Amino acid sequence: MRYIANTGADRRAMLAAIGLSSLEELFDDIPQEVKDRFQPLELPVQSEMEVARILKELASLNSCQQSSISFLGGGVYDHYIPSVVSHITSRSEFYTAYTPYQPELSQGTLTTMFEFQTLICELTGMEVANASIYDGASALAEGVLMAKRIVGKGRVAAAQSLFPHYRRVLDTYCWAAGIKVIEIPYTKAGTCDLTALPQDLSSLVIQTPNAFGVIEELKGVKERLADALLIVVTNPISLGILAPPGQFGADIVIGEGQPLGITASFGGPFLGLFATRERYLRQMPGRLTAQTVDAEGKIGYTMAIQTREQHIRRERATSNICTNSQLCALAATVYLASLGADGLHELATLNLEKAHYLAQRITALPGYRLAFEAPFFNEFAVRVPIDPQAIRARLKEERILLDDPRFLSALGAPNTLRFAVTEKRTKDELDRLVELLEVI
Amino acid sequence: MTHPTQFRYTKEHEWVDLEGNHAKVGITEHAQDKLGDIVFVELPAVGTAVKKGENLATVESVKAVGDIYAPMSGAVVEVNTQLESSPETINQDPYGAGWLVILEVSDPSEADSLLDASGYEQYLNEG
Amino acid sequence: MNTIFDHKLAKGVGGLLPALDVPEQGIEKLIPSSLRRTHAPRIPNLSEPELVRHYTHLSKVNYGIDDGFYPLGSCTMKYNPKINEDLVRLPGFANAHPLADEDLIQGSLKLLYEASRYLCGIAGLVEVTLQPAAGAHGELCGMFLVKRYFEERGEEKRKRILLPDSAHGTNPSSATIAGFSVTEIPSGKDGMINLATLEEALDDTVAAIMLTVPNTLGIFEERILEVTAMVHAAGGLCYFDGANLNAFLGRARPGDMGADIFHFNLHKTLSAPHGGGGPGSGPVAVAQSLVDFLPVPRIVKDKNRYRLDWNSPHSIGCIHSFYGNFGVILKAYAYLLLLGDTGLREVSENAVLNANYLQESLKQTYPLPYERLCKHEFVLSGKGLGEGISALDIAKRLIDYGFHPPTIYFPLIVPEALMIEPTECEGKETLDRFIEAMERIAAEAKENPRLLHEAPQYAPVRRLDQTRAARQPILTYPFNER
Repeated sequence: MRYIANTGADRRAMLAAIGLSSLEELFDDIPQEVKDRFQPLELPVQSEMEVARILKELASLNSCQQSSISFLGGGVYDHYIPSVVSHITSRSEFYTAYTPYQPELSQGTLTTMFEFQTLICELTGMEVANASIYDGASALAEGVLMAKRIVGKGRVAAAQSLFPHYRRVLDTYCWAAGIKVIEIPYTKAGTCDLTALPQDLSSLVIQTPNAFGVIEELKGVKERLADALLIVVTNPISLGILAPPGQFGADIVIGEGQPLGITASFGGPFLGLFATRERYLRQMPGRLTAQTVDAEGKIGYTMAIQTREQHIRRERATSNICTNSQLCALAATVYLASLGADGLHELATLNLEKAHYLAQRITALPGYRLAFEAPFFNEFAVRVPIDPQAIRARLKEERILLDDPRFLSALGAPNTLRFAVTEKRTKDELDRLVELLEVI
Repeated sequence: MTHPTQFRYTKEHEWVDLEGNHAKVGITEHAQDKLGDIVFVELPAVGTAVKKGENLATVESVKAVGDIYAPMSGAVVEVNTQLESSPETINQDPYGAGWLVILEVSDPSEADSLLDASGYEQYLNEG
Repeated sequence: MNTIFDHKLAKGVGGLLPALDVPEQGIEKLIPSSLRRTHAPRIPNLSEPELVRHYTHLSKVNYGIDDGFYPLGSCTMKYNPKINEDLVRLPGFANAHPLADEDLIQGSLKLLYEASRYLCGIAGLVEVTLQPAAGAHGELCGMFLVKRYFEERGEEKRKRILLPDSAHGTNPSSATIAGFSVTEIPSGKDGMINLATLEEALDDTVAAIMLTVPNTLGIFEERILEVTAMVHAAGGLCYFDGANLNAFLGRARPGDMGADIFHFNLHKTLSAPHGGGGPGSGPVAVAQSLVDFLPVPRIVKDKNRYRLDWNSPHSIGCIHSFYGNFGVILKAYAYLLLLGDTGLREVSENAVLNANYLQESLKQTYPLPYERLCKHEFVLSGKGLGEGISALDIAKRLIDYGFHPPTIYFPLIVPEALMIEPTECEGKETLDRFIEAMERIAAEAKENPRLLHEAPQYAPVRRLDQTRAARQPILTYPFNER
């Protein structure tokens, strides 16, 4: 087999050294009954060339997507990924390495983790960030569990305007942990209705921009919570222009890091962003890297406060997390470093301007109006005059892709279509979309 | 290492210095040595009531967590706040400046069932 | 080590994005001032050459499987086939949006469906969820399934999970997060579960046992059929942690051993790369009794079409944003196609052969707590090698010999543990070099212990001060100081 270095001679020599006469004897400890029950997969050995062909054929079954113009959003966005990113993440010293338990051999990984933690704090305005969780949804669930550990109350208030996939995962984790989820409706403007907040919460979860693309007003929210923690779910690209949640006193900030240089990849692997305040440090789940010095006083990095984690605390760990999403975190780090602060601002501006251009052109059409008045970033919802599924189907014929309106319908916004506009959408593409809408 | 003879000891490597109905609690030389460099101490709030054997405090080193159990029942009247900024004091002076908590005990005679210095010494040699 | 923040914050260099092509309205007009950022984040603006040099340099102070032997026990650091890296980047796969209409992503759905069939076949179980993003996530999913199972049967009193004292830390922590309490069962002197102890621990408050097979000592539970039968007889479920699947790939199946739930680590056993700590993928396979509780959506085949089925009223819900880590599952799928049944058998054969060869060769020099046939990994003790010599010292000295150290201080039941897993990929030549290095280190431990205490001397950094890192942790770049 191609990935095995031993030759037949090697195997014979090793068997002799062990004192066995056949390779089968190596498995004498497995009960014969179990071995007898075994059934193979009926899978032949195949060459690299054949397997490449098979996978390429499968990829081509997705081909309609490649030549299409995407306005799909919902937490996963079609952003331009600088070429530098995949070149760095393809370096095998990074991707074939393990978790940096031996820091002297892992300064590459650890330094990039430290950079990542710093970048997330800069974006979110928070004091400490971990080295990532699996994805935004599991990061949110972990945040809610953390808030319960700190505050002690078994109830969380969650905005109805969370992305459905965040809410589903939250519901599952809360069911298991015995936490009650209380849904908070949204106002006509599309923002979270905080007028009648329930009591006895360990946290309030708000997403901004939310599932309608609307930017929430966070000012004054923290002050209205008794001892409950304010958990804000956000889009990292939007933080190139929008005020960071940390500024408004958020206790935990969560995000999906996919927009930061990670391909859509049919939903994973993604990147869960998690940041909090220093005073909650010891309750924070996930991996952390800290700066330190070596025996000669040279600055280096190492994993820190591992006593929170499962391999030390076991059943009293803050979480059971063992992996982070390190290679994706590396991609995000290189992505942000290749943009720089100026580039990120420029990027966010392109998203903002193009989205608003499209919104204005669409709402100039008879019967089309913005579903919500509140400000938005690069995603917005539009009330449409005819069946949204019909509009969507017609646009799909022209290879223009929109999110399924049933997602918004399920959130109480029927006859509505959502558009996500990134820097990749050219004026021509935007104008083309409007032209088509004009005649549907 | 000699263990202060006026203290009592538990098999979980805590020491108790009982004066009247005030019991000062800390961890032994053996415990701090096993844990290694102590980096963080979690102390109970003043006023907390504990029963003998319940978790009283937690001491963390880089690689391990030491749970400290209440050697006697009582209420926490004072904690060694200096350990917040200098947890290494426990390593340097486990029987003196590295004390953790002072309890006001409900039943001073609970100390009688604890090991004395030579009993603890013996226990260490066995293990 | 330099970070990007050590570079001066110059002005942006641009060049990535085109100029705005729609009429500009201005941020001030579109976003009210109360919602706008006032201070830019302190992200340095680097030129591309500086950026690339920085990360290239960092890669060179990192050690991956492509650099050398990486015998981390329980991690299965096997070679990551390069073809997988090419295939995952095919635009058809890379650009597939998870919310796209099903007719546009049939390729991705078909891949996931077929991968599911093969994983069920390997597990010897009937259905699988691909959602868990890591092994620990799979354990959590498994614990959620156990919880729902007993909820539906009205047996919520079953709140205890049994696990051996050699269990990986994620096991008890996963159980606890799901709301269970854990009862640890001490291993017998032979390193395996003692049936009498197990009998005592079993009652009608036990929900499940969590086992790793072979266990973390590298020992196959020879009485596994009795163990699972006993747990089932007491009304409990059997969860198998699949971290050590490499030991019996292609020749035995957990379902045939009595497992009701089994999780995979695709980034261990099925060759997907570890990425420096992730992303992973931890699919969970189940017996018929648990199928109804699996997360939604399920991937189903309808004649020749594949679709997402959300209709599962007893499901635990979702534990991942979408359908799992597609990019990792793809690599495992390709690996299975490459290996075939024969290849899978060769994996376990060579993995177990390599481990036993190392064990046999090293037991002369290092204490071997369990003297018997091991599977794909084994545990030595670093105790007694020299005055004041610890497993940590041995590990650090191995770095000077050009090897990544094995896992240390796990499992907890062996003092100064060194857990060694060579995997099937390494050849005898590499193993012999490793044996030689370990023997030299054992000699140094007696003759010149300073070499171990001060190791590593030849790594990019010397031994790092962990205490300092933990006491007043610096977790973000200290902008104010530098």
